[in-house]
Amino acid sequence: MGITLVLASVLLFGILNLAPGGPFDARIAAAHIQDPGYLDRLNHLIGLDKPVHERYLDWVGNVLHGNLGESWTMARGQTVNTIIGSRLPNTVMLMTTGLLFSLVIALVVGTISAVRQYSLTDNLFTAFSFFGISIPAFWFGLIMLKFFGLELKLFPVGGIYTVGHQDDLLDRLWHLILPMIVLSLLQVAQWSRFLRSSLLETLRQDYIRTARAKGQTERLVLFRHAFRNAMIPLVTVIAIAIPSLFGGAIFTETIFNWPGMGQLLIGAVGALDWPVAMGVVTITAGLTILANFIADVAYVIIDPRIRY
Amino acid sequence: MATTVSDSNVLSVPASPAQPTFEKKVKATGEAAIVWDRFRRHHFAMIGLGTLLFVVLVSTFAPLAPWSPNAIDRSLTDQQVMAHGFAPPSAAHWFGTDELNRDLFSRLLWAGRISLAVGFLTVGIGATIGIFVGALAGFYGGWLDTVLMRGADLFLSFPFLPTLILISAMLHQYKFSADVTVVQVTTIVGVLALLGWMDTARLVRGQFLTLLNRDFVIAARALGADGRRIMLVHLIPNSMAPIIVAASLNVGGFIIAESAISFLGVGVSPPTASWGSMLADFQSYLRYSAIAVLLPGGAIFITVMAINFVGDGLRDALDPWLRNR
Repeated sequence: MGITLVLASVLLFGILNLAPGGPFDARIAAAHIQDPGYLDRLNHLIGLDKPVHERYLDWVGNVLHGNLGESWTMARGQTVNTIIGSRLPNTVMLMTTGLLFSLVIALVVGTISAVRQYSLTDNLFTAFSFFGISIPAFWFGLIMLKFFGLELKLFPVGGIYTVGHQDDLLDRLWHLILPMIVLSLLQVAQWSRFLRSSLLETLRQDYIRTARAKGQTERLVLFRHAFRNAMIPLVTVIAIAIPSLFGGAIFTETIFNWPGMGQLLIGAVGALDWPVAMGVVTITAGLTILANFIADVAYVIIDPRIRY
Repeated sequence: MATTVSDSNVLSVPASPAQPTFEKKVKATGEAAIVWDRFRRHHFAMIGLGTLLFVVLVSTFAPLAPWSPNAIDRSLTDQQVMAHGFAPPSAAHWFGTDELNRDLFSRLLWAGRISLAVGFLTVGIGATIGIFVGALAGFYGGWLDTVLMRGADLFLSFPFLPTLILISAMLHQYKFSADVTVVQVTTIVGVLALLGWMDTARLVRGQFLTLLNRDFVIAARALGADGRRIMLVHLIPNSMAPIIVAASLNVGGFIIAESAISFLGVGVSPPTASWGSMLADFQSYLRYSAIAVLLPGGAIFITVMAINFVGDGLRDALDPWLRNR
C-alpha cells in the first residue's frame, strides 16, 4: 500500500516532468521578449533549473509536512494549500449532496424494482439505468443547462450563488440543484441496479421465510429484515464510487462554472501549473483512501458478522 | 520431449479413420453457432448490433459524405453567416452547418471515424497487454505474479480521469512532425491503453488460476506440452469468453473517455473533430443552436448504448451456466 503510493507519486511526477520546457516558454515566445535571462530567472524561481529527482524529493518532503508547494502560473507565488483550501469546500458540498441525493433515489428505485420484479415499473427503471450508464455525463449536463437553464430559465446557468446573495441559503440550493442532478445520474443508475439485485438475493434467504412464517407483515419483513442486510454491500460500492464521483465533478464543475477542485484541475492543466494539478490529484487520492478507510470501519459497525 | 510428442501422435492415429462414418449421423453445432443462436434471441443485443454496424458503416464511408469535413460553405447568404453560422438544416446541409459554416452531417461522420477508431483500437491494444500480463502472472505465479499484479494495483491506484487529463495535457506540449490526426489518435489510444489494461489482466489471471487445475490442462502437461503451448492452445482460448465480454463493454467506456478528454480540451483538437471535441466547440453556442449540441452527444450516446447492449447480449450468450436452459 505504502510502496504503491510512493511509486504512483514518482510515476505521476515523472510523467508531468517529461513535458518539454516550462510553463513560461510559450508565453514568453508569444510576447516576443528578447531577454533570455528573464526566462531563466522565472524558471529558477519556480525551481525548474534543478534536476528532476531533487524537485521530486523537495515536493515529497513538503507534502509530508502538509505543504503542497507554490503555484507556478495560475496565482504565481500563492501556496497550493490556499488555492485548494478555497476550492475544496465547494467540491465537497457538491459531492456530498450529490452522494446523498443519489443514495436516496437509488434506494427508492432499487427497492421498488426488487419488490415488483419484472413489473412494468421495474422494466422502466431498468431502461432508465441503461440510459444513465450510457449517457456521457457532460452531454447530459449540457442538455440540462440548455433546457432548464437557458430555455425554461428555471435554474441559473452556473456559479454557486447570485452576486450579492452569497449568504442566502435558498439561493445556494437553487444553484446546487442542476449540478447535483447531473453528478448523481451515473451513481443512481449503478446503485439502484446494485441494490435491486442485493435485495432480491436477501429476499431469498431463510430468515426472510422465517419472518414471513411468523406472520409478520410484508412491510416489516422488507424494512426490518431484508433492507438492512441488503444495504451492507452498498457501503463498499459507495466507497468505490468516490473517485468516479470526483471524475464526474470535473465535468459538472466545468459545465456549471462551479469553482471547485475539478474546475481548478482543468484550469491548472490549461495554464501548465503542475504544482496545482499535482495538488488536486494528491488531495483526490487522499480522499479516496480516506473514504475506503471509513467504508471498512462502517462495514464492521453495520455487519456484526465481520470481526478484525 | 521428443518421445512424448510421438506418443501423442501414436495415440491419435487409430482414432482418425473411424471418425468420418460416426460423424455423419451427428448434426454438429459449432461453438460459434451456439453462441450466435443464444445471442440472436436477445432482442436488445440484436438492436444494439444493428445500430453499431450502421454507425461503423456510415463512419467508414465518411469520405463519401457530401462535404469535406473542413470545407466552409461560401454559398450561404450573409444573413445566415451572421447568425452565428448555425444555418438550419436544408437540402444541401442535412443537419445544417456549425458556427464556421462547415457541414455538420459530414463533420459528424468524420468525427465518428476518430471516436470509433479510438474506442476499438484502445480495447484491442489494452486487451492484448492485459492478456499478456495476466497470462504470465497466472501461469508462472511466484515472484513474477507478485511483480505484475502489484504493477496492476499501481496503475489502478491512479484516479482515472485526473491522470488521463494530466498525461494528455503533458503530451499536448509536444510538437510532432507527423500528420496531426494520426499523432492525436495514437497518443490518446496510447494513454487510454496504458490506463485500461488492468481489468483484463486480472480477469485472465483469475481464469488461468482456475483452469490450471482442470483435467484437460493436467492431461496436456502429462502429454509433455510446454508452457507456451498450454497457454496458447488451452488456457487462452478457454478464457476468451469473459475477455470478450469485458472488452466489448470497455469499448463504450473508452469512447466516452476519449470524448471526455476532448471535451475538456486535452484530447483531439481542431481541425480534427471527434464527437467530444465537437461538443466542446458547441458548448459556447448552447444559446443559439440546440441541434448542434444534440447531434454529437446523441451520436456518443447511441453508439455507447448499442455497444453496451451488444456486451450484455454477449455476456448472456457466452455464460456457460445459463446454457441448456
